[in-house]
Amino acid sequence: MVSANVLIKAVGLTKKFGDFTAVDSIDFEVYEGECVGFLGPNGAGKTTTVRMIYCFSPLTAGSLRVAGLDVTTQARRIKSIVGVSPQEDNLDPDFTVIKNLQVYARYFDIPKSEATSRALKLLKFFQLEEKRDASIAELSGGMKRRLIIARALLNEPKILLLDEPTTGLDPQGRHIVWDKIRSLRKQGITVILTTHYMDEAAALCDRVLIMENGKIIENGAPQQLIRKYVGQDVLEVEYDEALVATLKSELPDVEVEVWGEQVRVFTKQPHGVFERVAKKFPDKTLTIRNANLEDVFLKLTGRKLDEER
Amino acid sequence: MSRFKLPVLTSRVWKVWRRNFDVFLKTWHVNFLPSLLEPILYLAAFGLGLGVLITGSVDGGSYLQFIGPGLVAIAVMYGAFFECTYASFVRMYFQKTFDAIVATPVSVEEVIAGELLWGATRAAINASIVLVVVAGFGLVSSMWVLLVPALAFFGGLLFAALAMCFTAIAPDIDFFNFPTFLFITPMFLLSGTFFPLGLLPTPLQVVAFGALPLTHIVNLSRTLILGRTEQLLGFSTELMLALNVLWIVVVTLVFFLLAIMLMKKRLIK
Repeated sequence: MVSANVLIKAVGLTKKFGDFTAVDSIDFEVYEGECVGFLGPNGAGKTTTVRMIYCFSPLTAGSLRVAGLDVTTQARRIKSIVGVSPQEDNLDPDFTVIKNLQVYARYFDIPKSEATSRALKLLKFFQLEEKRDASIAELSGGMKRRLIIARALLNEPKILLLDEPTTGLDPQGRHIVWDKIRSLRKQGITVILTTHYMDEAAALCDRVLIMENGKIIENGAPQQLIRKYVGQDVLEVEYDEALVATLKSELPDVEVEVWGEQVRVFTKQPHGVFERVAKKFPDKTLTIRNANLEDVFLKLTGRKLDEER
Repeated sequence: MSRFKLPVLTSRVWKVWRRNFDVFLKTWHVNFLPSLLEPILYLAAFGLGLGVLITGSVDGGSYLQFIGPGLVAIAVMYGAFFECTYASFVRMYFQKTFDAIVATPVSVEEVIAGELLWGATRAAINASIVLVVVAGFGLVSSMWVLLVPALAFFGGLLFAALAMCFTAIAPDIDFFNFPTFLFITPMFLLSGTFFPLGLLPTPLQVVAFGALPLTHIVNLSRTLILGRTEQLLGFSTELMLALNVLWIVVVTLVFFLLAIMLMKKRLIK
């Protein structure tokens, strides 16, 4: 699905608000058909980056091209091929569900009959058909989110920007949104999403860019990053000196991270190594689980938390 | 700060206008009735009440005749000013409607221009409703009255532009109490609406003519509805009318561009 064509290219991309540097000279590329996730703690610069891609925020320095077009001079053309699902709900409360889509389509010069047929198709796809004539206030959080994504697809964009698409949703709501994003990807659309849910990034993204303090600190496929930084298994257990000593002697490459009362142990060795140690401490409650993106994320961005302790 | 550039506006401006018009149509009864009732109340109170005490001619006609065009001008001011302060602020700040629109090929400049044209349209609609009431009271005596909706639109654009400048700098919605009570209410009373400005001392006439936008709209409204113009500051009728039009055109142009500039500064981060 992912092609070799570069669809978005940022070089030295920088955004400052007064003295504060929100995005600090980052370089990245997004390929056609790819799903790329921007991960990072709040304030890392994810949303600012997305806003520059859809020409909302002017650049302070650097260059950014979307589908070969320069964001500073070709904003209108870029905005016509990009669909934006912003972090905050900005549906139009003065209109019903269907009218929201019809009015929004008008901004893209889509003729009325075409707008209505696209709107109905999108409502069906996002399971909102029954809410067609409902007011926005009647919708649940999950429905609003789906309607915002539906609205972002009205202009049949090449690129879909999803800024925290599932923040605040319940588990069912999240899974419906994920499912819809997967179906959209099959249709070939390029997706850029920001999130601070690691499971979301792992479930949806071909590649993640981890941001911190306005910089991209790591970039790669989720599985590749997990193998690189964490390995396969993680052991979680309540802090115990004897246990930690045993682990360190049996597994020379072991890394022990103390998080409050909990200890997390990482190793690059294959499956099964922790089980051997676990047998020696039968009365201890140990959890051995698969390493995940959250472990990578905490390892890479957790320094600040350590400093604060 | 970059150099001043004229905003590039395309026909997309009308799509923003159309969004507001669609909402207006949906809630027309809420918008219509107050505009209709208010002038009836004023004319009843002044005609049946205060007007009875005023037996002489006011500026060459009855007192009721005198205030009719004033009420039309007030409808222009209120229609545009409240649309582009409170209503625009709600769309910008609470509903994030502007943010949603600028993610499409419509630009920030076009959003603001569309809002201003809509404010002018609201003024024209409100003023036309009031005009119908004024005509119903038999207070129209010139064929030029047919130009009142056009006057209301351009006068409305002036007030819309002024209002949008306040909206651009408003930290919260309560802020609008300042321009409403310090700017709009004095104008409501002191722009030749309820008494001829000629009764005021000359320095106050100069202030009303130089600094109060409503004065010019009242004067033109009275000319179109009654076929006569109040003489002020020794100007001839022709010069007076030319100055009224010139004042409105120049000030509208300046504040139209300023409103777009200030809103751009507020919205683009």
